[in-house]
Amino acid sequence: MMNQVLSKNVSAASVVEMSYPSPLREFLSSFSNNKGALAGFCFLVLMVLAAVLAPWLAPHDPLMQFRDHMLQPPTWQDGGSVSYLLGTDEAGRDILSRLMHGARLSLVIGFSAVIITLLPGILLGLAAAFFPNTAGRLLMRLADIMMSLPSVLLAIAIMAVLGPGITNAMIAIAVVGLPGYMRIVRASAMSELNKDYVMASRVSGAGVLRLMFIAVLPNCMAPLIVQATLGFSSAILDIAALGFLGLGVQPPAPEWGTMLATARDYITSAWWVVTFPGLTILLTVLAINLVGDGLRDALDPKLKRAA
Amino acid sequence: MFSFILRRLAILIPTFFGITILTFLLIHLIPGDPVMTMLGERNIDPEMYKSMMARLGLDQPLHMQYLHYLGGLLQGDFGKSFSSQSSVWGEFAALFPATLELGICALLFGTVFGILLGVLAAIKRGSILDHGVMGLSLTGYSMPIFWWGLMLIMLFSSTLGWTPVSGRISLTYDVQPYTGFMLIDSVIAQIQDPEYNSGAFLDAVMHLILPSIVLGTIPLAVISRMTRSSMLEVMGEDYVRTAKAKGLSPRRVIFVHTLRNAMISVVTVIGLQISTLIGGAVLTETIFSWPGIGKWLVDAIFRRDYPVVQNGLLIVAILIILVNLTVDVVYGIVNPRIRHAR
Repeated sequence: MMNQVLSKNVSAASVVEMSYPSPLREFLSSFSNNKGALAGFCFLVLMVLAAVLAPWLAPHDPLMQFRDHMLQPPTWQDGGSVSYLLGTDEAGRDILSRLMHGARLSLVIGFSAVIITLLPGILLGLAAAFFPNTAGRLLMRLADIMMSLPSVLLAIAIMAVLGPGITNAMIAIAVVGLPGYMRIVRASAMSELNKDYVMASRVSGAGVLRLMFIAVLPNCMAPLIVQATLGFSSAILDIAALGFLGLGVQPPAPEWGTMLATARDYITSAWWVVTFPGLTILLTVLAINLVGDGLRDALDPKLKRAA
Repeated sequence: MFSFILRRLAILIPTFFGITILTFLLIHLIPGDPVMTMLGERNIDPEMYKSMMARLGLDQPLHMQYLHYLGGLLQGDFGKSFSSQSSVWGEFAALFPATLELGICALLFGTVFGILLGVLAAIKRGSILDHGVMGLSLTGYSMPIFWWGLMLIMLFSSTLGWTPVSGRISLTYDVQPYTGFMLIDSVIAQIQDPEYNSGAFLDAVMHLILPSIVLGTIPLAVISRMTRSSMLEVMGEDYVRTAKAKGLSPRRVIFVHTLRNAMISVVTVIGLQISTLIGGAVLTETIFSWPGIGKWLVDAIFRRDYPVVQNGLLIVAILIILVNLTVDVVYGIVNPRIRHAR
């Protein structure tokens, strides 16, 4: 009798399931219908390819100074040559090669910063949600304190303590992003905690760790993925800002923001030195933000209807 | 209402102590010896070094240094700059009007155009205009503003020659800092000496345009996006349908019934921009050589001027917290549901 009921239920469930697309397919179709997100994704793929293949694709060594070709304009302008497609900078270095190698720096630092922040962000956010009166209070105050300083200013202060350099830039940007992840995880975990399935799991004797990581965390992934994407783009902006101020990656490394630090002197004489590094930052960050928007719409249908 | 404000204030006390600990520790972890930096690093007389350490209180244990620091703060003593020997509070107070003036203009730019574009996009939902506004907004949000500043200087200052490159006013004018706000001071200067200072106000305005656009770009992007989505949400409400059904003009429905209610969430977003503005001011002031607190802080970091970095950051943090508190309270007044939910 019991078996009969069960099998009936199962077959009913499978019928219902067949009429809905799988979550993955639903996500893919929603994401690929978003033209902006798709364009952003394609640009990002190109950027990653350029970064990975830079040593083979880049026409020149990014640090090589061609002293006979200083401040040479891009190919299409009078005085430009085919061997320096986007022109050369004040030391005669090929700008295109520097941008391609710079993509490695920016993408790697940004990505690492997100990964470094993600783990403590998840752990602390979950702790704050599960123990709202002890850990929660303390951690949220800490987040308040960190968020009371603008992220660029906090990153600058941390860089002043740690000193300039690639690893330190990564750490500074990771620390700055931490309160954001903590809050996102805490908020979505707290809304999950009130749901029936968590109660059921609790009643059937699941421990805190099991509740945290098996029951609650997988259901907090959607906002977390979106936050991580947006965190990636703001990390790239922050690295560039630090580099521009002279506190981040140090010259002659071809970091995009560092390339702009000296560009101010060439505003009147060499527009290409100023224009291309910034344009690359803008397009990369824009592409990531477009992907982030697409992810949010695809992962959270409620937001899509509201927007 | 009163208890709501009190509760918000009570939360501030631990936050304040937390920030003082943060700024105190931050500066003590900085590599390099402040006394060495001040005395010029080479051939230092050990006696002089010791007396300098004692004078700055750097020879005491860390917790005593903190208590001393906190005691000073509570009496309104924010320390003295290592390099200029003037009080940090005095320097801050002298430079803050420049940043405030720039911030207000940037926020005005961002708010006026942001709300306008957001409303237009919401009314014409799905049109080319809507897509254009949203595209612009996302581009603005993704903008590295230091590069944006350089591009604008390149176009409007170098190529077209319309606006000055840097500073707050041309050196040819004799403007006394009565209020610290160049727009007001230049008018006073113009009244006092109409012959010599004619055109000072216009010159100050021209100096403000590019930095305000640069600093206002991200607020513009955020506000236009928020206005659009919050307008669309309100436009779906029953009372808007009622307003339309009883025959009110479309303009009245949009501005009186929809926009006013949509403004609740827009006001919050505007309040949150204060932090963005001060962060952006660091970069904007560096590009335009604007003598404000952003440039002051960055210069202090490069000079290793500990008290300025430490207490400058502290003042900025307290400022942001107070603004956020004000936004919270105003929000509670505007929207009683928030007040009673807590």
